[in-house]
Amino acid sequence: MNKFQTLTAIAAPFPQKNVDTDFIIRVERCTGTPKEELGKYAFEMARFLPGGGDNPDFVLNQPRYRGARILVCGAFFGTGSSREMAVWAIAGMGIRCLIAPSFGQIFFGNCFQNGLLPIVLPAAAVDDLTEKASAQNAQPFTVDLAQQTINGSLAFEISPRRKKMLLEGQDEIGLTLALDAKISAFQAADRVKRPWIYPG
Amino acid sequence: MSGRTLFDKIWDLHRVEDLGDGMQLMYVDRHVMHELSGHRGQTEIAKRGLKMRSPELTIGSMDHVVSTVPGARGGNAPWADKMIETFRSESRKAGVRVYDIGQDGQGIVHVVAPELGFTLPGTLLVCGDSHTCTNGALGAVAWGIGTSELLHVLATQTIVQQRPKTLRVRFEGAPPRGVSAKDLILALIGKLGTAGGVGHAVEYAGEAIRNLDMEGRMTVCNLSIELGAKVGMIAPDQKTYDYLKGRRHTPAGARWTEALAHWQTLPSDADAKFDQEHTLECARLAPQITWGTSPEDVIGVDGRIPDAKPEALAYMGLNAGQPIAGTRVDRVFIGSCTNSRLPDLRAAAAVARGRKTAKHIKAWVVPGSWRIKQDAEAEGLHRIFLDAGFEWREAGCSMCVAANGDYVEPLARCVSTSNRNFVGRQGPQARTHLASPAMAAAAAIAGEIVDVRSF
Repeated sequence: MNKFQTLTAIAAPFPQKNVDTDFIIRVERCTGTPKEELGKYAFEMARFLPGGGDNPDFVLNQPRYRGARILVCGAFFGTGSSREMAVWAIAGMGIRCLIAPSFGQIFFGNCFQNGLLPIVLPAAAVDDLTEKASAQNAQPFTVDLAQQTINGSLAFEISPRRKKMLLEGQDEIGLTLALDAKISAFQAADRVKRPWIYPG
Repeated sequence: MSGRTLFDKIWDLHRVEDLGDGMQLMYVDRHVMHELSGHRGQTEIAKRGLKMRSPELTIGSMDHVVSTVPGARGGNAPWADKMIETFRSESRKAGVRVYDIGQDGQGIVHVVAPELGFTLPGTLLVCGDSHTCTNGALGAVAWGIGTSELLHVLATQTIVQQRPKTLRVRFEGAPPRGVSAKDLILALIGKLGTAGGVGHAVEYAGEAIRNLDMEGRMTVCNLSIELGAKVGMIAPDQKTYDYLKGRRHTPAGARWTEALAHWQTLPSDADAKFDQEHTLECARLAPQITWGTSPEDVIGVDGRIPDAKPEALAYMGLNAGQPIAGTRVDRVFIGSCTNSRLPDLRAAAAVARGRKTAKHIKAWVVPGSWRIKQDAEAEGLHRIFLDAGFEWREAGCSMCVAANGDYVEPLARCVSTSNRNFVGRQGPQARTHLASPAMAAAAAIAGEIVDVRSF
């Protein structure tokens, strides 16, 4: 997994509320499109015109936001389906960090599995960042995971375990496989305690 | 010390290891796979050279990409057939029992897991689909997972999770005629909003919940994710035990007795503390219907379209201030993991019986499982639907998620018993109104949104 340490990049404002994972990536793209190609289809219903071609109104199509790697989002971003392709699609566009007042819970967990940092901040702080990102003379944002700050002063919370995994690019399965003996012991005791759970 | 909640009791029994800062390694008793997320997980596990740890604790079925065309026995396209075949053969290799197309046990995963008795009270169950919360209706802690987590479950039979807070919602009073489980949960989402349950495991309680049949409880729990909660659950009771007894995967004999004794200890203690509590009065509710592009955009069918969310109204082609009843409809879809079980089909058939769908309407009934289809046919429900002009189709997810080519046409308006009215969910530019099976059947007959209480 890609490490996440410090990111200095253009931030795009995307204040729409309740952006759902069907909107982020259509279900047809989840059936056979290789992971690496999903970025092409992120937000396709808003990003492209019905007849093809870029929709100039879509924020990430505007010249000043091309190359954005941070999205400042509206409340409850990533609500809906569990499809991890939504995270793969956003990451495939080069986005590494999402900032929002709240996230869809399955989407939120999926972000950490893919080196994408979702930051939860109070609505007023997100509004302020949206304004900064929208300003004509907007400057790139700096997200420092080790210090847990945005632009040097705005602090954010993150679980220490998830922070370490992102900083070091650790993979959750690898960490859990190291606990295999504990799982075996749990399972053995459980077979005695709750035999009806196990077939035969 | 105060008592413990249903959720606390189950959660604590499954903790393998505390990983610090609220993250816990949780043991997974039950894992359900479908071909769409399942085949990705199988491909990834092979790529990484890992093996399934406990294949006997997983079952699979086919639902997302299967064709629901009457008589069909596969996918709707070559890519779908290929996915189904990959899922079938990889499952066989790994030793996972798959309930395949055309077999008893096939159907929408959240319909068949309870139907097969695979979902049990007190279990921790996960599946690569957000509506896994449906299984909480049997008193399980169940939630939907992504592909990476699915791979983690296959390889380790565990999942890393932050312990959620608890929220109890009491549904008090007796719902009036025409108000079903679907209306109860839609009304709650309308009240609390789609983020109302974020970070919480929800327990549904109260008189109106206790009075629901098991299928109605599944409908309520199904929409927990639309309330923002990954987990929704209902304490097991005699109805739960009666429902489960004798099903294919349900324990039998001495194991049943032992399991039952454990299940009876699970309901929340009288003095249990929840982090949040809400109450919904049911006695004066009207049948609910959505008007916008989020499940929280919901009103009583006797209400007027609110002056809110102009973008949603534009997408839906609706005007603020107008009554929602009388809105012309093109399509009706009765199905999905929310509302495709036998009592749902009976409620729709009771409305359709002896009537005809409006001429311009295309209406579908898609049973949730192979078994439900057989049982409904044994009761003659299919006859009622066919005589009224509905299509009677094969079991699958169909037009709820439109992964199999079952679409609503652009700009067409559909009254649907499914769970999501998102932009483009039922097809590009499709306009979805969520409602109960009886309301959907009534819309098919009237050709417009109509109050089922007038039938």
